[in-house]
Amino acid sequence: MALGPYLFLATLEGLVQAAVLCITAAGLSLVFGVMRVVNVAHGEFVMLGAVIAWFAASLVTGHPAIGFAVALVISPVIVGAIAFAGERLILKRLDYNPEATIVATIGLLYILQQTVLIVYGPDARPVDPPFYYTIRFPWFGYSSYKLFVIAAAIVIMGAIWFVLQKTRAGLIMRAAQFDRETAQAFGIPVDRVSAVVFAAGAGLAALAGVLVVPIQQAHYLMGADPLLLSFIVVIIGGLGSMSGTVVAAILIGLSDGILSVMFSPTLAKMVSTLLVALVLVFRPNGLFGKAER
Amino acid sequence: MTKSAYRNNLVLNAGVLLMLFVLQFVLPDYHVLMATRMMVLAVFALGFNALLGYIGLLSLGHAMFFAAGLYGAGLTVYHFGWSLPFAFGFAVLASAVVALVIGAVALRTIRVSFMIVTLMFAQVAYLMVIYFAEWTNGQEGLSLPMSARAVDLFGWTLDLSSAVTRYNLAFLLLALCLVLLFAYLASARGRVATAIRDNEGRTEMLGFNVFSGKLEMFVISGAMSGAAGAAYGLLFGYIGSTFASFQYSIEALLFTLLGGAGTLIGPLLGVLLMVAMIDKLSELTSAYLLVIGVVLIVVILWFPKGILGTVRERWAPWLL
Amino acid sequence: MASLTPLLVTSGLKRHFGGLKAVDGVDFTLYEGEIRAIIGPNGAGKTTFVSLLSGRTDVSGGTITFAGEDVTRLPAYKRVQRGIAYTFQITNIYPTKTVAENVRVAVQGRAHRHRGAPLDFEAETALALDAVGLSSRADAIAGELAYGHQRLLEIAMGLALEPKLLILDEPTQGLSDAEIEDFLVLVRHISSRATVLLIEHNMHVVMSLADRISVLSRGQLLAEGTPAEIRDNAAVQEAYLGA
Repeated sequence: MALGPYLFLATLEGLVQAAVLCITAAGLSLVFGVMRVVNVAHGEFVMLGAVIAWFAASLVTGHPAIGFAVALVISPVIVGAIAFAGERLILKRLDYNPEATIVATIGLLYILQQTVLIVYGPDARPVDPPFYYTIRFPWFGYSSYKLFVIAAAIVIMGAIWFVLQKTRAGLIMRAAQFDRETAQAFGIPVDRVSAVVFAAGAGLAALAGVLVVPIQQAHYLMGADPLLLSFIVVIIGGLGSMSGTVVAAILIGLSDGILSVMFSPTLAKMVSTLLVALVLVFRPNGLFGKAER
Repeated sequence: MTKSAYRNNLVLNAGVLLMLFVLQFVLPDYHVLMATRMMVLAVFALGFNALLGYIGLLSLGHAMFFAAGLYGAGLTVYHFGWSLPFAFGFAVLASAVVALVIGAVALRTIRVSFMIVTLMFAQVAYLMVIYFAEWTNGQEGLSLPMSARAVDLFGWTLDLSSAVTRYNLAFLLLALCLVLLFAYLASARGRVATAIRDNEGRTEMLGFNVFSGKLEMFVISGAMSGAAGAAYGLLFGYIGSTFASFQYSIEALLFTLLGGAGTLIGPLLGVLLMVAMIDKLSELTSAYLLVIGVVLIVVILWFPKGILGTVRERWAPWLL
Repeated sequence: MASLTPLLVTSGLKRHFGGLKAVDGVDFTLYEGEIRAIIGPNGAGKTTFVSLLSGRTDVSGGTITFAGEDVTRLPAYKRVQRGIAYTFQITNIYPTKTVAENVRVAVQGRAHRHRGAPLDFEAETALALDAVGLSSRADAIAGELAYGHQRLLEIAMGLALEPKLLILDEPTQGLSDAEIEDFLVLVRHISSRATVLLIEHNMHVVMSLADRISVLSRGQLLAEGTPAEIRDNAAVQEAYLGA
């Protein structure tokens, strides 16, 4: 294959990864932005979403698209409910103390992961995509499902933008993000907002899990990579900044795909993690964020 | 520290060490091995606790220092055939240097950023172990050769396949680290460290360089964790990437939180309880790591000061 | 009355937060041995100004000279080591340590610049506690002290540093009238050994303590003079009433 088509393929693959990453990182960014909670269990919500999608696909008979559609609905709902309960039972009681909540979400990570190991087992299991149609480019065929993932991500990100910017719920969230105390003084139930936001963030992760499972298989340890990558995206984009998150997700998704082709994936991950740690130290507002002062 | 508090702590720590020493004559063989492991892990937790408990910095990446010691000792023995004492000394030095470099960068951040930055640096370290598989043999790891199972020390030959020898070496290391940390904390520098923990801004305005105080403790902590890693690799003759993983960073945190951050004996107690619990549970299910999650959440919700921290609060305010 | 050796001089000192000019070009001279009060309406930049002097806030422009040395870029702890002590506006102690241990840390902070015979930490601690009248509470847990005593402890820590310059940021805030009278005696006593710079709202305290008064308004030095001169200054009156 010539270089042009080859780059085109790498770009497509990168965009697919960027799409999934965008949704996952948006959830992490939302939770951090509004609640100032760093959720280390975020990757486990992706994993739960994928595992629930597998259960849905194996329980619903008939065309794979039906099981997939069911999963798209119930996965975020179930995972959101679990997160909601976790927020009420744990994070709220810690009064959202930043260090304590990190430790607690690490605990949550192990509980979710190990519970799935008990219930679902240690195997990686595939889920059929809802449709198999292959798009023929002049140089290669490409799974139409992957293009669907990109489209779905655009729709979901649009929906998030709409909710945050144009609805009352979004206004309340932005108010809570801007200044918790003042929002509280104006009668916004900041407390309940936190629970809803935590559930919504987890729901987005679960949605990403459902979208990715026909490409990747469901496994109880699959949460680690999305967690690391979303951290990278959120740090580069600026903690809590949604537009920064989108730009960074596309950048990371594209470059990760291309870098992994050119270098070993381990080396790519190593270098990018190191660079991002340095960004957090020397440019804590992200590469695109405005400097403080 | 008042004179009576100093004496109480001295008696307590000496008592605990004496008990540990006597234990080897009482325990059955299998438990001697487990107690050896516990003491080495207790050194790791002690190093972690030096940072969290006495200067108030929560690192999520201490596995990188444990691994620096483990690989610093194991690789030099495996590839270059270094003698064990030499490899051990090199490993401690290497982990101190790693801590100096990482600390100089990471300590520019505070609180949550510090936790995330240390986590990411540790992840880089873990990936390095995997990436340089030619040297480390990646996830499978390396077993040290038979020639590395004996130490020549001042004319004696110590046989590392003997459980009793290993027990006493681990005991010596733990005793040494405990005494060093105790002496440090009782000194003027220790007073500055706890002053930084209790009120950083005030301490700077009393004329102390807070950054260098933190860095000093970070290096002590890293070197101790590295010593634990080196001892683990050399005593048990195996080095592998699991020891560099996120889980090992979390275990150090867990031991310390459970036993009580900022107490000298707490980490040892935490190791004792957790290792015993994990050991029992692993006989029942493959999902034994569940206990890590449950204990973390129970401790952070209901016993944020840990066992000995609670004891100190209620009954023994002198506890160091 | 003070001799006329300058101890601390600022020239064109600036601190801007975005568009806000909290301190905007202040030329200020403090003489050895005096008690100087800084007054001004709320938001005049008083606390920012002394934060610049102590090094807790970075300077945007201008210079600070202390005892003949340019300290503009020195970190706070090095300025403390050179003899600038700062007591916080909000009580800022080690709440879980005993009163004596609190002061003990401060004595140790001075060890950096101590030459000659080694410091007797215990004796120095006792001396500082004695100066503020807290000797009897030496073994109490600092966080459990009454508020007035915590303020005294704060000052004892400042004294234990044996500073050349002691900056007191609203030291009488929250004190009772009786405690304020004791405080006046204490500061006069301190001023025999150190230059004192104080930010204060209580005019009674200012008028009875200060040798000279500097008035800040909107980040600039509005007036400077003896208490009598300041009382009669029309611009000062306007700044206060207009604010």
